[in-house]
Amino acid sequence: MGLFDYFRSQKPKSAQVAKERLQILIAHERSAGREKGLDFLPQLRSDILEVIRRYVQVDDDQVNVQVEKGADYDVLELNITLPERTSAH
Amino acid sequence: MSRIVVVTSGKGGVGKTTTSAAFATGLAQKGFKTAVIDFDVGLRNLDLIMGCERRVVYDLINVISGEANIHQALIKDKRVENLFILPASQTRDKDALTQEGVEAVINSLKEDGFDFIVCDSPAGIERGAALAMYFADDAIIVTNPEVSSVRDSDRILGLLQSRTRKAERGEQVREHLLITRYSPNRVASGDMLAMEDILEILAVPLIGVIPESGSVLQASNSGVPVIMDKNSTAGQAYDDFVKRFLGETVPHRFLEVEKKGFFKRLFGG
Repeated sequence: MGLFDYFRSQKPKSAQVAKERLQILIAHERSAGREKGLDFLPQLRSDILEVIRRYVQVDDDQVNVQVEKGADYDVLELNITLPERTSAH
Repeated sequence: MSRIVVVTSGKGGVGKTTTSAAFATGLAQKGFKTAVIDFDVGLRNLDLIMGCERRVVYDLINVISGEANIHQALIKDKRVENLFILPASQTRDKDALTQEGVEAVINSLKEDGFDFIVCDSPAGIERGAALAMYFADDAIIVTNPEVSSVRDSDRILGLLQSRTRKAERGEQVREHLLITRYSPNRVASGDMLAMEDILEILAVPLIGVIPESGSVLQASNSGVPVIMDKNSTAGQAYDDFVKRFLGETVPHRFLEVEKKGFFKRLFGG
């Protein structure tokens, strides 16, 4: 980096912006699981929701299913937000 | 035993045909009997890049529909021993390309003792692209350091992992990432995705980085695969890539900015 670049480097470089946009986008597209033999994910999600609802009432958007791809393994991530407790027994 | 290699990318214009031509030529130069098939039915271009456009008599669709046999359609390269080109049809309907037809063509090439069958995929994810990858043992994923190319490559990886014969049999297509049109200067200035960033996003083993080079256009102008231009950085990088594909350990080159003088370093540029 030259001397002038040092003073110019205030805003993030476009390559960095590109990387961050891609990471978010691709994580999202992979979580949809379209082509990776993971097209069962929406069904899995609604089955899980059904099981949870036998015990607690949760909203549709409180169950989040994501797949993250690692170098040689995939991680299935389940995120369930339970409703706030209004009053103790 | 033949090895079937698809050269694919999803996005158009990233260098699939340039890569297919260079790759097939490099394999043949190293003594392997190699056929390169153009799957871009309706828009053939491989013949032009290989410099054999005036020698096309029969094409892939003629062979599939039984109007010609494979030996009539294969064009033997005049410069490199062991290299054969099977052009795409220019006129026919894409529906003429069938899975059974492609399988029959590949089987007859196998019987003929080809070591490598290189499938030059069309852009997109339609029938031609799907069939180019279906029988593959290996895939070269050609990616530019640019957002839409990286995203499309990720889509293609998804297809390779689900819509291929290997995937259907519970096996895996070997994936190799080839980054093309790489400009170390622009990476250094922060205007281009770095090779490391692309690897982090796609998580596919890297097989080569081809630097941006005027010699690629010069090579296509004259119908000579760029790998035959041993003086150009792109030609040398393609040669390294072929060696790595064949199992050699070759360090990556042309990834760093060329050394600058004191004043340039002080004032940038």
